[in-house]
Amino acid sequence: MAKVPPEKELVSYSLKPDTTAEWMDTPTEFREGMFCHAAKPKDIETVDFPNPHKWSPTDEDWGLPENWKEIILDGMKDRLDKYRSFRLFMDVCVRCGACADKCHFFMGTGDPKNMPVLRAELLRSIYRRYFTTSGKLFGKLVGARDLTEDVLKEWWYYFFQCTECRRCSAFCPYGIDQAEITIMGRELINLLGLNTEWISGPVANCYMKGNHVGLEPQTIVSNIEFLMEDLEDITGKHIEPSFNRKGAEILFVVPSGDYYADPGIYTFMGYLLLFDHLGLDYTLSTYASEGGNFGFFTSNEMAKRLNAKIYAEAKRLGVKWIIGGECGHMWRVMNQYMDTWNGPADFLEVPKSPITGTVFENAASTKMIHITEFTADLIYHNKLKFDKSRNDHLVVTYHDSCNTARAMGLLEEPRYILKNICNNFYEMPEETIREKTLCCGSGSGLNAGEDMELRMRGGFPRAEAVREVRDKYGVNTLTNICAIDRASFPALMDYWVPGVRVAGVHELVANALILDENDDRQLDMRMEELPSAVAKRKAEEAARAAAEAEAARVAEADGEAKEGDAE
Amino acid sequence: MKVVGPLIVVVLLAALAWCCTEYLHWYALFGIVIPYVAVVLLIVGLVVRIVRWARSAVPFRIPTTCGQQKSLPWIKQAKLDNPSSKAGVFGRMVLEVLTFRSLFRNNKVEKRDSKLGYTSAKWLFLGALLFHWSMLIIVIRHLRLALEPVPDFLVVLEQADGFLQVGLPLLYISDVLIVVGLVFLLARRLTIKKVRYISLSVDFFPLFLLLGIAISGIVMRYAFRVDIAGVKEVVLGLLTFHPVSPDQLSTILFVHLFLVCVLMVYFPWSKLMHAPGIFMSPTRNLANNSREVRHVNPWNYPVKVHTYAEYQEEYGEKMKSVGLPLDPEVVSTNG
Amino acid sequence: MTKKWTIGIFIVIVIGIFAVPFLVNAGQPERDPEVSYDTPQINAMEVKQCIEPTEYMKESHMVLLDEWRNSVVRDGNYEYRSQSGQIYEMSLDETCLGCHSNQADFCDKCHEYSSVELYCWQCHGNVDTENPEATIITDDDVLFTEKA
Repeated sequence: MAKVPPEKELVSYSLKPDTTAEWMDTPTEFREGMFCHAAKPKDIETVDFPNPHKWSPTDEDWGLPENWKEIILDGMKDRLDKYRSFRLFMDVCVRCGACADKCHFFMGTGDPKNMPVLRAELLRSIYRRYFTTSGKLFGKLVGARDLTEDVLKEWWYYFFQCTECRRCSAFCPYGIDQAEITIMGRELINLLGLNTEWISGPVANCYMKGNHVGLEPQTIVSNIEFLMEDLEDITGKHIEPSFNRKGAEILFVVPSGDYYADPGIYTFMGYLLLFDHLGLDYTLSTYASEGGNFGFFTSNEMAKRLNAKIYAEAKRLGVKWIIGGECGHMWRVMNQYMDTWNGPADFLEVPKSPITGTVFENAASTKMIHITEFTADLIYHNKLKFDKSRNDHLVVTYHDSCNTARAMGLLEEPRYILKNICNNFYEMPEETIREKTLCCGSGSGLNAGEDMELRMRGGFPRAEAVREVRDKYGVNTLTNICAIDRASFPALMDYWVPGVRVAGVHELVANALILDENDDRQLDMRMEELPSAVAKRKAEEAARAAAEAEAARVAEADGEAKEGDAE
Repeated sequence: MKVVGPLIVVVLLAALAWCCTEYLHWYALFGIVIPYVAVVLLIVGLVVRIVRWARSAVPFRIPTTCGQQKSLPWIKQAKLDNPSSKAGVFGRMVLEVLTFRSLFRNNKVEKRDSKLGYTSAKWLFLGALLFHWSMLIIVIRHLRLALEPVPDFLVVLEQADGFLQVGLPLLYISDVLIVVGLVFLLARRLTIKKVRYISLSVDFFPLFLLLGIAISGIVMRYAFRVDIAGVKEVVLGLLTFHPVSPDQLSTILFVHLFLVCVLMVYFPWSKLMHAPGIFMSPTRNLANNSREVRHVNPWNYPVKVHTYAEYQEEYGEKMKSVGLPLDPEVVSTNG
Repeated sequence: MTKKWTIGIFIVIVIGIFAVPFLVNAGQPERDPEVSYDTPQINAMEVKQCIEPTEYMKESHMVLLDEWRNSVVRDGNYEYRSQSGQIYEMSLDETCLGCHSNQADFCDKCHEYSSVELYCWQCHGNVDTENPEATIITDDDVLFTEKA
């Protein structure tokens, strides 16, 4: 993991960048800590991507194929015809600058090429040069430039400094979405085998083994068994989830981070405790063991290839519908792509909650609902009992993940749940939440170790907002519904806002959920004492201390009396 | 250079029109031929560009959602910012086109030491609104030269625009506002460093051109003056394809007209296409209902996937070892 | 591809915007303001010439009238010296309407044609239509000629 410079050094940038030289004349400097390692050839080969080869971003020679320019330009032409978004967004930008200071990477680096408009111009300048008459005729005068290896490197550097969070798009008067442009840029780069290790590795894993972290079926099972043991220690309930079970009503798909690493595992324990409490007829799959989709960060085709497993598995198992776990880009894919890619899912039924009878008409075609939609519905119909005080040790704020906010609009469901399960909930500043939410800085496959400085910078605006509510309300818990958030926020919080823990919403649901009248748990999902237990223990300790003190006093008094007697 | 260049070009264009009419008396060229050519090129250009956009597919439903989705019936949906129906999309587009709703959302980030602060930033929104609405009113006002008899609504519009009753001819408020708007947009491009940095010559050219058009129009009305009835005769002649000789009209008219013609020819091949473009923007003109109604990708093609059969073949033994059920029905395609 | 017809409508609307002025005027004969110079006073003139050249009057009569108004109301000066050196009385009623006694067929025609509203008639325009001869401009009305 790259060493991140101290805080002071990191914040020494200015948001008024040096603009003396024209951006086209400013060479790209590859700064250590700001980019990821190159993809390994074997990962590229696994999924039959073009041009697998060994290279490094710091090399002079990137091992490009002879005809690389032709590949890129043909690739552009192909995509201009396939995506109206791409062609339109190349054409209609007026460079008004409204997006300029909306990008968290600009806000955290001050690098002008991180202004969404300029990051788009990196590609647009090539589009003009090769696909417009004025660009062919007037060149640089109209903002066109030749495609060179330096341009390609610049693309690589900056398209992997974009988390496809769509914040710029919310502010653009024409809805120009830098995420779309980054997606296209990365597709083009991918044609030359120039992906990053942190993306192509998980893609290869997911393709072969069903999940990004590369867990084989037996490991998934044992991991989850291990988590269930913890859950039993906490709640006294023995839960045995089923895997790959045919005939279950519901297929449950989560991001693999949730059964792999802290703090996602607590969220996962939360899901399963809730489902068990409800007696839900669901199954997990080891084949479709990934909700997330790193393929989405390489190409549309790869994303579709990975996503195909979910419907395929639902069909094979004969389930009726699907619930998806807490994940960000996973839900962009489920909401805006899955049905189009791999549907129609006519072998499934419109999701209907077996507990409340609610029919989820908003998922009538895709047949997949978000777990917070499911849980919010339960709470609304009074199907769950909560002891909010079990979350009293947590002062909670909520981070909207970019994709659920700006590619779905899942804003109220998690908030409704949180307000019903904890007593201390505070929103971050208005400009940093809901559709204006700020990215964690690690999305779209940037949550590697070697680009830690980039992540700390990109996450700075979000961390700043957390710091504000920490200082104002004593917030100590940053909740979210995104696996990348849960994986990346701990490091970000440690760096900028120490003392703030990161948790999924269903971790807190499980904390507060009253299973039955005998449920007098002492521990939360993290095996830490619950506030009531702490209070009880402290009271006992105090009582014991008082008793001991009393005993000591009596003994002393006795002693004195004896001494007195002796005298 | 990217600022001065476009300015010089606009000045030269104006001078060209002036010289060619004032001294060379090429009235028919500038008053009849060029306007016809410009209108044809504008329409053809617009159609070509729009058709080209239209021929690119919309493979996915990718609206940028800026509010609560439609989900459970008791959760209030943001029907305009996150529409799920055609009506919602229509409302969103109307607000976007007429009131620049996204631009209204704008804010500004400021960094003080190690803190970031967000402040309101409505100037760009106001400046843009000022310019575009003035422009629209002015264009509509010009219809009095194309319609005979002049419809009542135009008369009302003119009365409203001139209600200050300043000067003679009466001062139009929109004339002042369009110049204010354009000067503001130009000034922010020049003075805000970030915006100047991202600006290209093609961002300055339309500003200077529009300023040229506005100013030539204003001086024509208030200083040089033109035989307005004569102008209308020429315009009606053009519109009925019975051109009337424009050689009695003042030179300033030809400057104004020529710059407008330049704008018309330039429009379809420039960023000014944002005007029709906004209507076709997939992040704005689509409903967020892709889970409810399947969106079809016209070029969707089958892809290679790693099937369950292959998976079971590879991991079957390991699956058995932890008691995972094996599917007897699947036959490996590899086998 | 599913939305071909919406694009079609969009293109039709775009073209329509430009086509409307052409369509509205299609088939209509040439229309000029049909201004009439047929008044007894003008007919009686030997040289049909306004106080200033016609082109100037067409473009700038409003400026002239505005100057007249200011001159008369503010300075009490009634004398206007034309470019040709003749001095006229600064009077809309006497001088202008003296010849152009057909306000409806002269002023109004052009103003309606160009949709230019004017507020002259709020005060002026009390031409003696019964006896227009009374307001005929004769040489006597020319107060002063600088040069012969």
